[in-house]
Amino acid sequence: MELVKSITTPVVLDYEYVTGRAQSRFLRGIAQGRILGQRCVECRRVYVPSRGACARCGVRTEEELQVSDKGTVTTFCIVRVPSENLSFKPPYVCAAVLLDGADIPFMHVLQECALEDVRMGMRVQAVWVPKEQLGPTMSSIRYFKPIAEPDAEYDSFKEHL
Amino acid sequence: MAPTQADHEAPLTALHHLEYAYRRSLGPVLGRFFAGLRERTICGIRTRAGRVLVPPAEYDPDTGEATGEDFVDVGPGGTVTTWTWVSKPRAKQPLQHPFAYALIKLDGADTNFLHAVDALAESRMRTGMRVRPRWRSEPRGEIADIACFEPET
Amino acid sequence: MRDVAIVSFAQSAKARETRNEVEILMPVVHEAVRNSKLSRQEIGFTCSGSSDYLQGQSFAFVGALDAVGAWPPIKESHVEMDGAWALYEAWIKIQTGDVDSALVYSFGKSSPGDLPEILALQLDPYTMTPLWPDAHSLAALQARAYLEATGKSERDLARVVARSLSSAVANPHAVVSGVLDIDKLLAEPYVCSPLRAHDLPPITDGASAMVVVAGDRARQVCARPVWIRGFDHRIEPLGLGLRDLTRSASTEIAAQKAGVHKSKVDFAELHAPYSHQELILRAALGLGEGVAINPSGGALASHPLMVAGLIRIGEAASRIMAGRGDRAVAHATQGPCLQQNLVCVLEGD
Repeated sequence: MELVKSITTPVVLDYEYVTGRAQSRFLRGIAQGRILGQRCVECRRVYVPSRGACARCGVRTEEELQVSDKGTVTTFCIVRVPSENLSFKPPYVCAAVLLDGADIPFMHVLQECALEDVRMGMRVQAVWVPKEQLGPTMSSIRYFKPIAEPDAEYDSFKEHL
Repeated sequence: MAPTQADHEAPLTALHHLEYAYRRSLGPVLGRFFAGLRERTICGIRTRAGRVLVPPAEYDPDTGEATGEDFVDVGPGGTVTTWTWVSKPRAKQPLQHPFAYALIKLDGADTNFLHAVDALAESRMRTGMRVRPRWRSEPRGEIADIACFEPET
Repeated sequence: MRDVAIVSFAQSAKARETRNEVEILMPVVHEAVRNSKLSRQEIGFTCSGSSDYLQGQSFAFVGALDAVGAWPPIKESHVEMDGAWALYEAWIKIQTGDVDSALVYSFGKSSPGDLPEILALQLDPYTMTPLWPDAHSLAALQARAYLEATGKSERDLARVVARSLSSAVANPHAVVSGVLDIDKLLAEPYVCSPLRAHDLPPITDGASAMVVVAGDRARQVCARPVWIRGFDHRIEPLGLGLRDLTRSASTEIAAQKAGVHKSKVDFAELHAPYSHQELILRAALGLGEGVAINPSGGALASHPLMVAGLIRIGEAASRIMAGRGDRAVAHATQGPCLQQNLVCVLEGD
């Protein structure tokens, strides 16, 4: 009898995900074209996105502030691996962007930029969807693009790598 | 309508749909079991102590020894050893009208086999009742080749 | 063996939380650490129990560290299990002498997904999961087998429910409670015969945290530390058809290894998510009629998955700390139909 070599076992599960208070405030800010962060009362660091907690200190973050939608590329990688559900065609740049006013970089995508020009310290700005398409979702920011500002000094972001 | 205080405070929700499929290699023991299903037969494996395990297992749960290759055809009929009634089947379950899950002792087996029983009414289910498999029209070598069991009478 | 004691415990439970996991967990961790009188820096080890499948995101458990604060870097570990097993790992680490104290926490929201369906993923992926048997149906298979083998009745199950939910009235963390008439319970329709809705665990979102300390330091920070006198866990095969579902052989062995009956048991907190399982566990642990079971109300009153086992240990410890008993057995379970069982024997000075 010829043995069966393998079986495919599909898993399909649906969840109703609740974002929590801080993230809800952050996403509602995005829907208004604003990027919000929160400052830790103990270490004073500003987290973007707001997450309701300081991962270093293990305390709640409540003080809310708006940060700029301009920032600095602290590090990046060039993605060449294709995958389902990607809205960007590889190769593309995935970058950690430290927004002006924030202490924590967050990940996004760079466009309108030649791959070989991307560098640490590059100044970038968010490109938003048109105002009428803004919603409480990170896809309200389409991507970041380089802007004509001098590169940030390494010392200004070396603590945020 | 202007957003109210409550709108600002209510947390946001979103549907998260998780879907993935693994392709699992079977090895010689389960490979043989599923090959048997493809031929509309059910097999178990006999341990050194003589116990017939269904579905077959690679290792004897009592001793930890490898079970070897002593495959034994069992069933196809068997006896329900316990059951429950599913009155509101979920989409992925074997039947889409009310049915029973049961642990079935197939003829010749020493362990129980989990499957569905299409009894059509809860009142027909009884511990000790005889059932037989209803095969899928085109078996492929997976557990759903047995579409379900049904009462023998 | 080093003597290890529970010096603080905190919990949170709600039928359906709109907070996320970190927001639920943080105040619970803070309360347990504050009440331990140890500083965050003194606590030598942090261990958590949770399951990413409740959130549907791999490595979801890492996000919970926001609630704990991990700077300067901490010694930390995690089990994809009920927090009771995180406590076991912490206890082992203290036994090695590597650390002298630990923070143990667990959390989980059962409400976002279809939990009884999600739990089909813990079954054999080749022959069982593809049939997608929900956890309640599997428990019902065990319940019927148990009733038919022992001659116990559905009325015996209803008695467990009535007693549990009545005890739960005094528990501020219960999500179900009340004084219920047994005949009215029996008049309710089956959900999956022979089980009715009240025989099943309520969907609950929650968290718990506990601090344990070795040796005399425990007495310095706690007026009545609760010593772990015995601790063992055992597991049975995964295949339901391979097991005798009418008794809990793994609990019997764990009870013997943990020394449950070395001395008198005043009360027990048993993690029985389904009513019939309390009867199986009671027999496996050899607890006679004189031993009060689940004064907290147990898992039928509140069942945050991945947390409920640690809560049994915490509830038992809290009771001993408050002087309402000297020696207790706490139990936790994982897997379908009591597949894996942990027994913890607790004693106050």
